[in-house]
Amino acid sequence: MRVTFTVNGRRETADDVWEGESLLYVLRERVGLPGSKNACEQGECGSCTVYLDGTPVCACLVAAGQAEGREVRTVEGLADGDRLDPVQEAFVECGAVQCGFCTPGLVVQAHDLIERVEQPSDAEIREALAGNLCRCTGYEKILDAVRLAAARKAAAS
Amino acid sequence: MSATPVRAPRDIAAPGTGGVGDSPLRPDGTLKVKGEFAYSSDLWIDGMLWGATLRSPHPRARIVSIDVAEALAHPGVAAVLTHEDVPGRKHFGLDHTWDQPVLAFDEVRHQGEPIALVAADHPETARRAMEKIRIEYEVLEPLTDARRAAFDPAYPQVQPRGNLARHQPVRVGDVEAAKARAEVVVSGEYRVGIQDQAFLGPESGLAVPAEDGGVDLYVATQWMHNDLKQIAPCLGLPEEKIRMTLSGVGGAFGGREDLSMQIHAAMLALRTGRPVKIVYNRYESFFGHVHRHPAEMRYEYGATRDGKILYADVEILLDGGAYTSATMNVVGNAASLGVGPYVIPNVRIDAYGVYTNNPPCGAMRGFGAVQACFAYESMMDKLAEACGLDPVTVRQVNAASQGSELATGQVIWAPLPMAEMLQQARELPMPPPLDPADIRNLPGGASQTTHGEGVRRGVGYGVGLKNICFSEGFDDYSTARVRLEVVGGEAVALVHTAAAEVGQGLVTLEAQIARTELGVERVVIHPADNQVGDAGSSSASRQSYMTGGAVMTACRAVRERVFALAAARLGRPLDTLGELSLTGGKVVSESAGVLASIEDVLGDSVVEETREYHHEPTTGMDPVTGRGDSHTQLALCVHRAVVDVDVELGLVKVVELAAVQDVGKVLNRLSLEGQIHGGTAQGLGLAVMEEIVVADGKVRNPSFTDYLIPTILDMPPMRLEILENADPRAPYGLRGAGEPPTLSSTPAIVAAIRDATGLALTRVPVRPEHITGSS
Ligand code: FES
Ligand code: FES
Repeated sequence: MRVTFTVNGRRETADDVWEGESLLYVLRERVGLPGSKNACEQGECGSCTVYLDGTPVCACLVAAGQAEGREVRTVEGLADGDRLDPVQEAFVECGAVQCGFCTPGLVVQAHDLIERVEQPSDAEIREALAGNLCRCTGYEKILDAVRLAAARKAAAS
Repeated sequence: MSATPVRAPRDIAAPGTGGVGDSPLRPDGTLKVKGEFAYSSDLWIDGMLWGATLRSPHPRARIVSIDVAEALAHPGVAAVLTHEDVPGRKHFGLDHTWDQPVLAFDEVRHQGEPIALVAADHPETARRAMEKIRIEYEVLEPLTDARRAAFDPAYPQVQPRGNLARHQPVRVGDVEAAKARAEVVVSGEYRVGIQDQAFLGPESGLAVPAEDGGVDLYVATQWMHNDLKQIAPCLGLPEEKIRMTLSGVGGAFGGREDLSMQIHAAMLALRTGRPVKIVYNRYESFFGHVHRHPAEMRYEYGATRDGKILYADVEILLDGGAYTSATMNVVGNAASLGVGPYVIPNVRIDAYGVYTNNPPCGAMRGFGAVQACFAYESMMDKLAEACGLDPVTVRQVNAASQGSELATGQVIWAPLPMAEMLQQARELPMPPPLDPADIRNLPGGASQTTHGEGVRRGVGYGVGLKNICFSEGFDDYSTARVRLEVVGGEAVALVHTAAAEVGQGLVTLEAQIARTELGVERVVIHPADNQVGDAGSSSASRQSYMTGGAVMTACRAVRERVFALAAARLGRPLDTLGELSLTGGKVVSESAGVLASIEDVLGDSVVEETREYHHEPTTGMDPVTGRGDSHTQLALCVHRAVVDVDVELGLVKVVELAAVQDVGKVLNRLSLEGQIHGGTAQGLGLAVMEEIVVADGKVRNPSFTDYLIPTILDMPPMRLEILENADPRAPYGLRGAGEPPTLSSTPAIVAAIRDATGLALTRVPVRPEHITGSS
């Protein structure tokens, strides 16, 4: 089948898509956006998190066909050229990135959190990121990064 | 050579200006947060095929026949390969060339053992074709009893060479005589379940056939040169024809020490003449790598009434599963570190590693020391109770320190302020008491299983001693090539090693060292590949020490040549210039000040040096007594855990984990803290969550739905106290740091749960039913 959707503001068409293919597969293997990661492909790790019409979803759980005509924003679409999004910047600065395999999903999820909640509490951060597994950091630096990004965002607005 | 894949690794400029001791940003950090960092699963090249691996559903079976005809006829399939197609040697292994078949032929020895390979135009085509491979098995009763494998000569053999991979004794003094003198005797039997590394980036890679008949391999591994040594004979190729490049590694923790898809992808690429990519999914990953050895441990300690240990009588049984992998060295660690950092005059330790048809086990962070640490720390708490001492005091009474002898007779010659570290851990402020106002703070959290009734707080301590770098006489070294030249008017250092960046931040450190040694700001990190000498493995917490040491040494060799160039340029003999250094982009003489800029001295010259760095040699362990200076460095971490336990439901909330660790020298605080946090988290996982559940040799929970690793809700705030008592033999005085916290956090948490519940808790992970008594 053919699937047409918008990714990071660009219209993309994927041909010969199999029925079983997920949005994650189409992003990674058909439209050249492998930033979203494939750590479990079962909705358990959050490494594949993307925005679908503005709501964070696990791209591995979305059938490619479900994305037809919709708007997808991936980790590749957060930075403004060379200017990182404040969440991305804070992740690098705070040491929240080790192997980085969890990072794309966490960055999207954290981005959504601080869009919705100004200055989230630690409990709110933990709740919002509870679906994103990280095996390397023990999450301390990830908390630091989200706190920093939220504070900078609040200071800028 | 052949075509280069899209997103193949490339040179990365290291940002910032920080040298050793600073915390500059990771060179790969920006790529990683933008989703542009190329992991081994992200590679892509025109005309690429997808490989898939057919695995045994049985833990033990004889293979009667394999029929691939129907699979081969499936549209879109380019190749189907079996053991008959292995071009060279049919076996490979970390320690033994005879260890493990590339593809099973006579018999399968564990569930998930690879039997056949498919290459097709789409991963789904490959999967469907795989279903058409017909294999006739004669299913056999799996051999899953590690104790019988070790001690019952009548037990059938898993491996044709017998069921015992290694028995390592340690003997000190006279245990029997000491038994007669003991005033207090405590004993316990402890078990550790199988833990999985659960790195997030599944096994994957790309093999590209080359014009010279060789193959280019882009893989995520911990030790490229050791991979190569195993791959080349199986492919029947000389090593020069296999070019390996490290692609992005999504975590490792020991799980990439063994080969996974490397030989398989290369076989498919060589057969089809097309690039082949293999990416495991999570289910397959649980079968695609070895795990942490499960252990059964029997300990008996005798002591004086005031808690001084007189003897230790210890048996450690480690189930290595079907193949050897790293079992030999895991047994060595368990034996040499079997009683940990305690001075005990009479010791009898017997550590065994055996073959069974259970899942294969090998390297995982902590490597044999983790299992023993859970047992010996549990014993210390038991002894404290028997002597009426508190857990910190009993540890201090028996603590090793600089100058003490380990059970192996090895003298601890570097600082080891264990008693002081325990004191420091004890004196850290306690977290505030339970606040039932916010239900999210309680065990069970937002599931609202309690409002605070039935919740008890407990505090526990754990101490872990880990060997850093390779032990037991292995010639452990790393290699670095450093080039200094002027690019665009500015001196730039290029650092090239084969060392695997697996997330730990080695690339950041390499740049810091180059800046400190060469006095330049701009450093570029070349992708790790096998076009430079061996770097050894990213394991045993050894890369800061070994590859750090190699980069330091290569930089110093470059520096000497820059000094010679400076002397030539100034037209003066080198020995008249005084003590020289490279600082702030200048050649500086201690006596005469700035002599010239590095750029002016270099001009058009390119200065390149390659150096190996070896640590102090170690010796083997005596096969009968275990005696020997088998470790080069030892590192200590002390944990204090505070937990809240809902004793009615068996739910545990870890409230705080505090660590006191001596790292010798802080090279990069940000990375270091990340290592201690991450190591601590994996110890928490082993304490209360993580276990590969096996029944009759079969894995029952190969998914992240059923194998649980800590989430951000499971991890408490972590307080760190980092000490810097330099190890004078190590580069910059550093101590490897990634593993010790993985040892100590597990027993500390379990001790805290015991403190809260009064239960014995002799097995990890502790499950709710162990607390409620419902199992
Ligand atoms: S890959 Fe989608 S949730 Fe894990
Ligand atoms: S940084 Fe490796 S999984 Fe999070």
